[in-house]
Amino acid sequence: MTAEAIPGTKVFGTLAQLLENRTVLSVLFMLPAVSILVFFLAYPLGLGIWMGFTDVRIGRPGVFIGLDNYISLFDDDVFWLSVFNTLVYTVTATIAKFGLGLWLALLLNKAIPLKAIIRAIVLLPYIVPTVLSAIAFWWIYDPQFSIISWMLQKFGLIDQFVDFLGVPWNARWSVIAANIWRGIPFVAICLLAGLQTISASLYEAAALDGANAWQRFRFITLPMLMPIMAVVMTFSVLYTFTDFQLIYAITRGGPLNATHLMATLAFQRAIPGGDLGQGAAIATAMIPFLIAATLFSYYGLQRRKWQQGGRDD
Amino acid sequence: MTNMVKTTVGADDSVGMGYLEKLPRRVVTLYVPLALFLIVLLFPFYWMGVTTFKPNDELYNYSDHNPFWIDNPTLANVRKLLFETDYPQWLLNTMVVAFSATFLSIFASVLAAYAITRLQFRGAQTIGLLIFLAYLVPPSILFIPLAILIYGLGIYDTSWALILTYPTFLIPFCTWLLMGYFESIPHELEECALIDGATRIQILRKITLPLAVPGLISAGIFAFTLSWNEFIYALAFISSTEQKTVPVGVLTQLVEGDVYHWGSLMAGALLGSLPVAIFYSFFVEHYVASLTGAVKE
Repeated sequence: MTAEAIPGTKVFGTLAQLLENRTVLSVLFMLPAVSILVFFLAYPLGLGIWMGFTDVRIGRPGVFIGLDNYISLFDDDVFWLSVFNTLVYTVTATIAKFGLGLWLALLLNKAIPLKAIIRAIVLLPYIVPTVLSAIAFWWIYDPQFSIISWMLQKFGLIDQFVDFLGVPWNARWSVIAANIWRGIPFVAICLLAGLQTISASLYEAAALDGANAWQRFRFITLPMLMPIMAVVMTFSVLYTFTDFQLIYAITRGGPLNATHLMATLAFQRAIPGGDLGQGAAIATAMIPFLIAATLFSYYGLQRRKWQQGGRDD
Repeated sequence: MTNMVKTTVGADDSVGMGYLEKLPRRVVTLYVPLALFLIVLLFPFYWMGVTTFKPNDELYNYSDHNPFWIDNPTLANVRKLLFETDYPQWLLNTMVVAFSATFLSIFASVLAAYAITRLQFRGAQTIGLLIFLAYLVPPSILFIPLAILIYGLGIYDTSWALILTYPTFLIPFCTWLLMGYFESIPHELEECALIDGATRIQILRKITLPLAVPGLISAGIFAFTLSWNEFIYALAFISSTEQKTVPVGVLTQLVEGDVYHWGSLMAGALLGSLPVAIFYSFFVEHYVASLTGAVKE
């Protein structure tokens, strides 16, 4: 870059030449991104897996203890409860998010007044800090002053206020509802982008051939939407499965560990509990689930026949 | 470019077959469900706002006051938040962290995306794929080993802990997004410049970057909101009150024992959400483009 400025200086000349060398330049350009990702992502990922095999605690380096952490987790009812909770949380929230999100996307794809503004408003739950909206849900679920209970009581549907967060299954459904609320906008806006790429002429041709609304949805919209749906679902499953902030803000895993997810349990054991080794083991235990879920949602939805409107055999 | 294709097709769609539907049918199948969606999606924000400006006697008395309305609005909760807590400090911390992490990530991502799409070095495809895979590693499985690393580096409980770790999820996203933008810029422009004797760095600075400005804005907006909203790293790597970010500060410092001061908690939630919501409202289109662009690639 300085070659033109000081052509006579040999050092700068070589430097400029080096910068024109594609390999040298590539290495230089990749350096910041790759070094950050290697040092703060790849290395901790490996370190975390290693820590799962040690008894490291806060303030004390650990020694290798083999599978001891995993063996103790295997007999740990709270751990299995958190696995169960995580699966229930992920499966129900994902199904609801995609059902409702797809519905909202279909609504937004129609000719409606103020479309741009409505679309902007719809994304609000997604862009606002999750913890802060979770605090609002915490207040909405308050046992004494819940506005939902108050409304239900006004309509004469219940006699006394619902204890949303004090009873295990109530608490589970409450946090799942909050997660769905937060996830719908992301799914809807992404699927809307997918819907907008489907040409209207396909629908017109199908309608001329006598296809009804359901058939048009089933044989045009769904197959055309599958590739983008696969990607969106992969991300959605990944982030729902490893969710932390919603639970931490609303219930902290209670009542009686009924809403502990694997991520919140890992945090609780590792940071306030001080048992970093076991926390790392729980976090590592999420990895196989994540790989399975990612492969399932990605490849499961990308089957060729489905996309072409055929049935599976 | 995908955006252009999208809008033209979208315009085509809106003409579509919508005219075949009669008004009563549209009300039931379109406007009523849409209104319900909007009410449910916006209600928590309304509730945040109403609670923030309610005096305490109205807040806990539903029988004499309609809970959906405020009879005597008060600024007491906001005043308490601004002058009796460290909220302004948290706001400042969050801004410093979000701006620095965004800047660092965009810088690294621009260079990486340019190298991958334009310099075509050996293994560029593989590195691109690895960076995408990095996006699939969630923070929840990294925060424990990262805490050790941060502690070892001596930056525990400082803003640096967050500025250096946030790029781990920002760089993959931004690189992926910018790769899409760079690929949409014709190669011929760069070839002309090369023939005219421009260096690679001049080309990046004077040709590619100006043309990729929409992409840079999109990536920047998205990275900024992601850093603003981040929670688990900020919770695990920061312990002193005056170093906290807004989401962590509001949740951990405003809850005093078993007594929840819902008024000031909601004020904290509202004021913590407003900056990012206002910021977002200026750049909605860029934001949507980056959200959907990253998914479509």
